[in-house]
This record gives sequence, structure tokens and C-alpha cells, in this order.
Amino acid sequence: MSIYLGNNKPGELKTRLYVATGIAISLFFLLAIRLWYFQIFKGTEFKELSENNRVRLVRESAPRGLILDRTSKIIVENRPAFHLAIIPEDVKDWSKIKRVLPNIISITENDIETKVSKANNRPSFQAIKLKDDLTWEEIARIETFRLDIPGIVLTIEPRRIYPFGNTVAHIIGYLGEIDERQIKKLKKANYIPGDFIGKYGIEYQLEKYLRGMNGGRQIEVDAMGREIKLLKKITPIQGYHVHLTIDLDTQLAASAAMQDKVGAVIALDPHNGKILASVSAPSFDPNSFAAGIDKEQWNNLITNPFHVMEAKTIQGQYPPASTFKIITAAAALEDAVITPSTKIYAGESFWFGNKEFRDWKAGGHGIIDVHRAIVESSDTFFYQVGLKLGIDRLAYYAKGFGLGRKTGINLINEKPGLIPSSKWKKDTYGTKWYEGETISVSVGQGYVTTTPLQILNAYAAIANGGKLYLPQLVNMVETQAGQIIWSFAPQEIGRIPVSPSHIKILQDALKGVVNEEGGTGQIVRLPGIVVAGKTGTAQVVKLKENSPRRKPKDTPYEQRDHAWFVGFAPVENPEIAVAVIVEHGGFGAEAAAPVAREVIKAYLKSKLKPETIIPKLEENIQIDIYDSETTTSDDTVAGEPNFND
Amino acid sequence: MIDRRLLVHFDWVIFLLATSLSIIGIINIYSATMMDSNTNLYEKQLIWFLIGLAFLSLVTFINYIHLERLAYPIYILSITLLLITLIFGHTASGAKRWLNLGFVSFQPSEFAKIAIIIILAKYFSTTRIPLKGLSLKGLVWPSVLAFVPCILIAKQPDMGTAIIAFFIFASMVIFAKVRVKVLVGIILVSLPLIPITWRFLKDYQKARLMSFLDPTLDPLGTGYHILQSKIAIGSGKILGNGFTHGTQGQLRFLPEHHTDFIFSVLAEEWGFIGSFTVLTLYLSLVLWGLNIAQNAKDKLGAFLAFGVSAMFMWHIVINIGMVTGMLPVVGVPLPFMSYGGSFLLTTMIGAGILTNISMRRFMF
Repeated sequence: MSIYLGNNKPGELKTRLYVATGIAISLFFLLAIRLWYFQIFKGTEFKELSENNRVRLVRESAPRGLILDRTSKIIVENRPAFHLAIIPEDVKDWSKIKRVLPNIISITENDIETKVSKANNRPSFQAIKLKDDLTWEEIARIETFRLDIPGIVLTIEPRRIYPFGNTVAHIIGYLGEIDERQIKKLKKANYIPGDFIGKYGIEYQLEKYLRGMNGGRQIEVDAMGREIKLLKKITPIQGYHVHLTIDLDTQLAASAAMQDKVGAVIALDPHNGKILASVSAPSFDPNSFAAGIDKEQWNNLITNPFHVMEAKTIQGQYPPASTFKIITAAAALEDAVITPSTKIYAGESFWFGNKEFRDWKAGGHGIIDVHRAIVESSDTFFYQVGLKLGIDRLAYYAKGFGLGRKTGINLINEKPGLIPSSKWKKDTYGTKWYEGETISVSVGQGYVTTTPLQILNAYAAIANGGKLYLPQLVNMVETQAGQIIWSFAPQEIGRIPVSPSHIKILQDALKGVVNEEGGTGQIVRLPGIVVAGKTGTAQVVKLKENSPRRKPKDTPYEQRDHAWFVGFAPVENPEIAVAVIVEHGGFGAEAAAPVAREVIKAYLKSKLKPETIIPKLEENIQIDIYDSETTTSDDTVAGEPNFND
Repeated sequence: MIDRRLLVHFDWVIFLLATSLSIIGIINIYSATMMDSNTNLYEKQLIWFLIGLAFLSLVTFINYIHLERLAYPIYILSITLLLITLIFGHTASGAKRWLNLGFVSFQPSEFAKIAIIIILAKYFSTTRIPLKGLSLKGLVWPSVLAFVPCILIAKQPDMGTAIIAFFIFASMVIFAKVRVKVLVGIILVSLPLIPITWRFLKDYQKARLMSFLDPTLDPLGTGYHILQSKIAIGSGKILGNGFTHGTQGQLRFLPEHHTDFIFSVLAEEWGFIGSFTVLTLYLSLVLWGLNIAQNAKDKLGAFLAFGVSAMFMWHIVINIGMVTGMLPVVGVPLPFMSYGGSFLLTTMIGAGILTNISMRRFMF
């Protein structure tokens, strides 16, 4: 061990250690000076700050951004609301508070106790909300007594209001108090218990834009907890405004038309996929959520037999019924199973094996081509065509129209519907596909289901010449200063596998449904606007073989058929496509088509020709169609139709 | 191995300083957490303290000469643990710092500091250092040795510990002597790197630095904590509010009141008398450590004692500087006093190294 201080000059390390000692002493000296400065020189000042004048943080919630329609009409806004809160640390006399409060506002002693004990984990000096949204009278009374009961504070917060109540509910969604799980998940976003957050719909999807930036004030308060000085302030910044693609007038018309009905209406612009209206009925009032909904109200909503909380536009999976025939027709034309001029005998019934498949129309349709088959909605025509195609070709085309998978709209819980195929059946049931089942699928019954939005998008593609667009709800997001953060751009998600000439044939046929003699959708005719579309009547329960189809009014509600109408207008250059389903509404032409008519009328009102005979015509057609579908134009009144209209 | 002469020379100063500071720490942890939901932290700290004493004795009685042979194994073990932490460590408040051993979880980054001290002490005591000091080339290997663990720690991220590790490295290098030209050159080159480093910091770290530079930027967040810490310290005045009578610390005004901000709790309750006393104890510890370096019988001992003293000093200066608002809040705990098992053990091992060198100063 003779390497002591090694090759260094003896003492050099020692010198450096003396320097280190000097540095250490001076650094500690600095710290001591700092402590002396705080504790002795400024001690009294800090003592006062800590004893009487506590520095506190008061959060100020930012108002959420507005939600507007495509023409900038306000759909959702905010108003100020006053809450009664308590800061336990400032309370001098609990018994007095519990005595006085119940006398001046409607709150029980019990309420106060539970609210306070629930909040035992909050940071010190943070107010606990006791009662929210006080009336003016209550505010005045609190103000009068406030000085006698220290600890009580009034806080002001922006509150969401939905002036159109339940008419836009499923699109807008609602707010709710944030839960622990979400607070953890969104840690970076700085939510605290008691904050409101979008739980559903646009309020949920665009939370990060709508929320804004909460502000706060650093204040000094006196021993009574009253603010005596504002130290620092961060002004809350309102959230961004969200402009929807929704057209409020059309939306309101759709909602009004669905009054007392169960079902869904959805409309979009076929040229870009902008949703113009979206109604799911029955609906709920998002205002009841704005203050935090109570258990009982919530239970009522979720146990409602008509599934109030379900957005039937994207979550309802229904048999598309006759609206599906357009896809069977497209598939048959493309696969050259038929040509546009092929005529087939479409009689009263079609026999396959020893089973009879009936047409809705007694007496049948005679020898018809595909155009008339769509116009008259022949069942037997499509049974035969579908059978020739086979299930897998049919499934291929249906998927090509975007069916059987989610459209991808930016809303939660969208359902995919179902397009069956032989592989699907093998995988699901382990059994082979029977051709008889193809017959049902070719007219949109059997296993096949779609959401209203899917079928709408398929028709929109026919309307615009073949493009499937992603359905979108937001036109743009804009800051308070008018800077555009996000704006709409159409997104093509596919093309239907149909040639332009065949698309034209489909368009003409859909036009014929509404505008030709014998068409099933004549009720939708509008003066000055040429509408195209297709009716559908979806069976809910399998009727016994050959039992006659009953009239809606003779059938128990839950066994009545669902009514469909899907169409677009004006035919030459479609501006709106609309799908309507009325659950258990009976015949499509009777229950769903008038709703579609109202929606198209509201959206294209500038194009409407004022004709004085409108109301009369409306009545006439209603009766006409009912007759044409049920008793038919023939004189032979045989058994009522068995399958689709 | 244990010579009777060793016991005679046992360094009671270090032992008593470590013990008294730890006990002061436990007392303050008790007071700081008495209003919390978890009030038994002081008991846990007491257990860690006892384990720490055992470690101190163990380290004391194994001749530090063996550390020269063990330097690389210890270093590699430490790097391995840091890597394991990065991969398997469990995350608490956004950082992967903990390694779970089932019955206990610990922070390898704390032990890494000791590993750095040992490896650098070995390197500098066995390498021929030119008369004019280390050249740039001579700095390469020690820098690699120090920066590998430093980067692994910063990656967790644990900026506080990474900064301390860097300061230990810088102190030891300068102690070993670096050419003045090289030193000045490095400083001139590093200055422009500051804006680049900035981009790699996490948002909360940026917020802390910004609010240090300008407390009005974040009056509701970090700025608020610093202000509350200052109020706590200042309101202690000369004599303090008395044990368990501090309002700032107990009423949750202070963040991390039992860990990084324990000194504020002490200052509030024990006043200038208390805080100055503790500061004096700390200064004595650092000076005694430097004195041990001074009297060490060989270069290895001198570098080891210097490294440990530097570690203590930077921890103390940065922590107290931070709670008194002189330095940004970087999350550096106070030796012996802040709550935390791994950290207390590390400081105890550090103290053990000092006593070890101290009592062998006469043994040739």
C-alpha cells in the first residue's frame, strides 16, 4: 500500500479537499441565509399568511363550446347556474348550519351530512357542493344569511342547456359526472371529481374540443373563508364550437314525424356522406342529465321497453325486407343472371321443393322485367332471381353495398348488421346452407339484418352513381376566435360493385316505385320534386305456413311488421337520401313513407311547388296505396299477402 | 478479519450524525402524515432505519480494499437492475422506478449512485492521471462509466436522481483534476445543448422548470406548491409552531410532505432553531466526510470518501434549495430524513463507506 497519493504531487489532493470544504461551507451558508430570510426576516409575514390568510385555489369551470347546425343555428348552449357549497374548514358552528340551511332552502340535515362525509378525501379548503342550480329566491336567502353561517359559499358554474330537448338527443348525447375510472384514464387532461364530461353522442366524441380549459383563481381568504384578495387568475377558456352537418329544420321535421312512433329516421347528403338528420324514437331529454341524473330517472330510461337510450339509426338491426331487393337486382344484373329486358313470370306463389313461397300480391304480377319487379316490389320475381344467384354471390354484392359491417360513423356502439353466407352458416351453426334460405334472403328476410344507416348509405351510393361515403356528423370545429381547427372532408370508403349502366337502371326503377302506376311508394310524391325510393315491410315473427298476412290493426303490437322507406330526391341530382323505419308500423308505404316525405319536404322546401291540392292528394294517396297493397288492383280478393309488399 | 484496533477507531461521529438525522426524520414523518389516511409511514421508516443500521455495520466491517476488486461486479449488477427496472419495473405516477421483489419494492436508481462512486473511485485511484490533469481523451472512459447509469435513470424518468448522479460524477472528475482548457471547453460546448435537452423533457418537468423561472406561469400547479412550501418554512419563525402543530404541512397544503418536502415540515414546526440545527448537522456530516477523505490512507479511500461526501452535499443543497424556492423542483430527497426505504438504505451504506475508510486510516 505504498501508492499513497500515487503519482499526484503530494498534497495536491489535499489542496483540492480544502477547496471542496470551502465550497461546501459557502453553499450551506447560502442555505442558512435563505432560512434566516424566510423564518426571521419575513417570518411574521409568512406566519400571517398561514394563519389567517390562507392562499386558496378556486377552480373556474370553462363553459363548453356551442354545438350548432349546418346553418349555424345553435342547438346546444350554456347558461350560468349557482350552486350552494360548503368549506368544512371554515365552518365555525356545524349545528347552526344544520339548523339554518334546511329552513331557508330545500335541503335536509341528512343531505348535508352525507354530502360532507362522502367528500372526505378532497384536498383541504376545497368546497363541497351541497345543492346545485339554486333558484333566484334561494340565492337571495343564502346571501342574506351567509355571514351568520361561515363556511357556506355560493359558486357559479356554466350549465349545459339543450333548447331542443329530446329532438336531437341521440346525436348530441349528454353529459354526466366523471367517474374514478375516467379520471384515471384521462389523467393528463386534469379532470377532478365533480367535473362533467360528455358521456354519449357528440358531447362524448368531441369532448376534447368542447371542453375548453378550466381556469382558476389563487386567492387569499380571511379567517371566515371570504375572499379578500385575488392573487392570480387564469381565465377559463370556453371550448371550441362544433358545427354539425345536421340541418336543424330537417331534424325537427323528422322528429315531429316520428312523434308517437317507435323507430328511426336518418338522412344524409348522398354527395358527401354528411348526416342531415338523425332521429331515434322514442327519445330522451338530455337536459335531465345536465345536472346529474338521479338513479330513478336513469332506471326509467334504461328499462323503457322501447329502448329509449338506443340510437336505433346505428344500433337497431332490422331485416331490410323489400328495400334489399334493389341489391338482389343489382347482383342479378351484374352476374348476368338476368338482363334489363329479361322477363320472368312472377306469379302469386313460387314453389321450391314442396314448399310454397307466396307473393304479397294476390294474383301475382304476371310476366315482368326487373324494372317492374322493383316498382311493384314483386316477391316471386326475386325469389327466382336470388335462387339463381346463390347465397354467396348475393352476400358478395350486399357486402359491396357496405352491408354487414359498420359504416365507421364516429359514434359509439354502432352495430354491423348481418349478411349471411354459406361459410357464415357453417361457422355459426355448423350446418350447410339450404337454398330455401336463399329465397328469404333475396327479399331481405331470413338471417339478413341491417341498420337504418347502412341501408341508407347503400341507397345514397345508388343515388350518387356508386360511391360509398363515410357518414359524418361534423362540418367543422372552430375556436372562439373563429379559427378552424377541423373541417369536413368527404371520405370515400368504397364503391358499389355495379356498372354505371346498371346503376341507372336501379335509379329508374326506384323513381318508378314512387312515380309510376302500380308503384308501392306513390305516397311520397311531392309537387315539383321527383322522389325515388323503395318501401319495405319487415316480418317480425315467422308466420305459419300459408297463414294470411293480417292487417296491422288486427295484430298484437309486438307482432306487427316493421315499416321501411328508403329513398332520395331529387332524382336528377340527389341532395338528400333518407331512410325511415317504423317499428311495428305495419306496411312500409303506410307508416314509413309519409315520414320520409316530411323529411324530404323540410329539406327541399325551396324547391317545392306550391300546389293547393297537396292536402287532398295526400289523403287520396294514403287510401290508394293501402288498397293497392292489401286488396290489389285486381278484383280477385284472395288470401292476403304472405311475404313482403 | 475484525481487528480489535478497528473497534477502537470506529467513527462515532458519522454513526451519531446518521442516527440522529434519521430519528429527526422519523419524528417529522410522524408529524407530517398524522392527518393522512396512511399514518403508519413513520413505523415503516423506523424499520428501514434499523435495517439501515445493519447495512451500515456490514459495510463498515468489510475492508473497503475489496471494493476495488468488486467495483465492476457491483457496477454491472447495478446496470442490470436498472435495465430490468426499465423493462419490468412497475409504474407509479408516470415513472418506472420501482422493482417489485414480492415482499418489498425498491429503487435500483438509488443504489446506482453508490455503484458510480465505487467504479469512479477505483478508476481514478488506479489510473495514472497526468500532472496537468485529465485530457479530453482521459475523460472518455469515466464519462462512459457514469453516463450509462445516468441515462438509464433519466429514462425512468427520475430526473432528480439522474442529476445527483451527474453531480457526483462531475465532482469526482474535477477532484481527480481535469485540464482547465478541457473544462472550459466542455462548458462552452454544453451551453448550446440546453435548448436541445429541453425537447426531451416530459411536460411535467418542463412545467416545473418554467414555474421555477417564472412562478406566475403556473400559479395553480407547481408554483402553488413552492409558495406553500415557502409559507410553511417562513411561518415557523424562530421557535416554530411546535411538534405536530404545523398547519401547512399537515393540512395537505404541501405536496409530498413526508418525502421531498420534509424539510418544510421541520422548518414550520421547529422554526429557525430547528432548521439551523439540522443544517449544521448536515454540514458537519459533509465536512467530516471530506476530512475522512483527507486522512484516508490511500487514493481509493480518498476518492470513495470524497464521492460519498459529494453525494450527501448535493442531495442536501439541492433539496433544501428546492423547498426554499432557490432551485427548481426536481424531486431530490433529503438524506436520512425523507421517507423512502431504498433512499435511506443508500445513505446508510454511504455512511458505512465513510466509517469504513475512517477506521482503517491507520492500518497499513
